[in-house]
Amino acid sequence: MAKRGTGTLTNLDFEEPIAEIESKIGELRELSRRDGIDTTKEIRQLHKKVNKLRRETFSKLTPWQRARLARHPLRPYTLDYVCYMTEDFIEQHGDRCFADGVSIVGGFCRLDGRTVMLIGQQKGRTTKEKIERNFGMTHPEGYRKALRLMKLAEKFGRPVITMMDTPGAYPGVGAEERGQSEAIARNLMEMSRLEVPVISVVIGEGGSGGALALGVGNRVMMMENAIYSVISPEGCAAILWKSVDKIEEAAEALRLTAKDLLTLGVIDEIVKEPTGGAHKNPKIAASILRRVLRRNLDELCKLKPDELVAQRRAKFRSIGEFFGY
Amino acid sequence: MSWFTKVKKPLAAISLRKKRIPEGVWVKCDGCKEIIYTPELERNFRVCLKCGFHHRLPARGRVALLTDSGTFEERDRHLHPGDPLRFKDSKRYRDRIADAQKKTGNEDAIVAGTALLDGRPVEVAALDFDYMGGSMGSVVGEKITRAADRARLSRRPLIVASCSGGARMQEGILSLMQMAKTSAALGELAEARVPYISVLADPTSGGVTASFAMLGDVIMAEPDALICFAGPRVIEQTIGEKLPAGFQRSEFLLKHGFVDMVVPRLEMKKTISKLLGHLCGAQACAQPENDAPAHRA
Ligand SMILES: [Zn+2]
Repeated sequence: MAKRGTGTLTNLDFEEPIAEIESKIGELRELSRRDGIDTTKEIRQLHKKVNKLRRETFSKLTPWQRARLARHPLRPYTLDYVCYMTEDFIEQHGDRCFADGVSIVGGFCRLDGRTVMLIGQQKGRTTKEKIERNFGMTHPEGYRKALRLMKLAEKFGRPVITMMDTPGAYPGVGAEERGQSEAIARNLMEMSRLEVPVISVVIGEGGSGGALALGVGNRVMMMENAIYSVISPEGCAAILWKSVDKIEEAAEALRLTAKDLLTLGVIDEIVKEPTGGAHKNPKIAASILRRVLRRNLDELCKLKPDELVAQRRAKFRSIGEFFGY
Repeated sequence: MSWFTKVKKPLAAISLRKKRIPEGVWVKCDGCKEIIYTPELERNFRVCLKCGFHHRLPARGRVALLTDSGTFEERDRHLHPGDPLRFKDSKRYRDRIADAQKKTGNEDAIVAGTALLDGRPVEVAALDFDYMGGSMGSVVGEKITRAADRARLSRRPLIVASCSGGARMQEGILSLMQMAKTSAALGELAEARVPYISVLADPTSGGVTASFAMLGDVIMAEPDALICFAGPRVIEQTIGEKLPAGFQRSEFLLKHGFVDMVVPRLEMKKTISKLLGHLCGAQACAQPENDAPAHRA
């Protein structure tokens, strides 16, 4: 992992100047509350300043800065969206084969009154949770559990929503022994032919095949500050530039931002985030996402099973750039 | 006529790993280190005559190995890559493409077409490791997808021989999406109940393993081939220890249940032929698509 430019534990370096002004505003508020001093004018000025600074910072984020926002320690994870945006979530566990695959969570829930199967990659917040969730890096059993739940949704005619947020599929001995490649490949094939609506959202880090294994949707979308890439900027810099100092160049070259993917025709929609990123206001971020999901579900639920499969196939069939005959 | 006399620049196009003896007439075997007469090695599809070591086989050699002589009709030969990201690292992607094309004589890292295998029509595709590590970008994805579509519509069995480092970084997310695209096409092929044989050669890794390579009705691997999702170096870095000998090799995958069989190169064609006899025997295979039962596999 890159050491430089990581900022404090909860603020990235480019968030730091904004956070400083915000804390000053807090101090002034406290001052006026405690000592009855009128700080309204100063506070208003600082508000103006911080809003301007925030707009400026976030309107010209570099791809690498975007990548770090996508991995922000406070960024909402799948279970946060479940909490803010759904009702009656009942988590199901296990791939019925080997293990639970806890870096993925899934279960039926209600979204605006409609039952959906929600499946997503889950990172941990505390150190203990991070280790438990394997830092969001999925083992084969996670993918197999996800597929089992998707087939369950299909069986009972419920739409599937997937959320992608992983540095990548886990590269480990057990994962290889238990067929990481097979698990991912199987998901890609089976997801492409599910006879219910499928919406896939990259909510944070779309780490290569490890994310794509949940990503074969009728609609594929990305949160504004999410990234989605064939390889991490770190990995790409190490392999192609043979230098970890070239992470920023690699992040730029890979074209991994939501805007890039929309331009390349890989995603259908960008889901807006509150200024400063989803972690600044997870509730608002979730309500925006909920509205987007609802609109897309309304559209997709009008399609017949064979139309859904045909639409999904045609969508992925058309991706790629080549010339000649 | 053997396969290597049919391609334009055969000997120059074939790069042996490691040591190379001047003039290219004699080479040192990577297995037994004995000196071998190159034309003899080529005639034996690059399997060492002394120790049986399987040297890497270029795509056209693979096609020649698996099909009846003179029956291969290449398809989509002139499909060539663009540079959708205008990618440049230490070298421009465009220049890498040009070099790889010159080196292999192929437009991209794959050769595909229609041929006979013991008289039976098949669709065949082979990846070429000499072309940017056999990596999958848009062209590889498209040609695999087209081969699967042709196989489905003509009801000819599909054979894909993989030999690849995975998705091609220089086409970024578009390379990644080829995994989904090829897998979706194979899903359709499976529904049509047309056989798909996946042949894995050293090395098959990353996005290629995690898509079409692992979706065969029958998966056969060459002996001692590295077959993995994450490469051994990445895993060693992650876990901080050395991996045991034989980890992620064909025999390891056989033991763990992820390939059907390990088949030496020179028995590959015969084995596929026998298998296709079993898979294509039922009348479903002989029927044109419209008459086939509308049933999902
Ligand atoms: Zn030898």
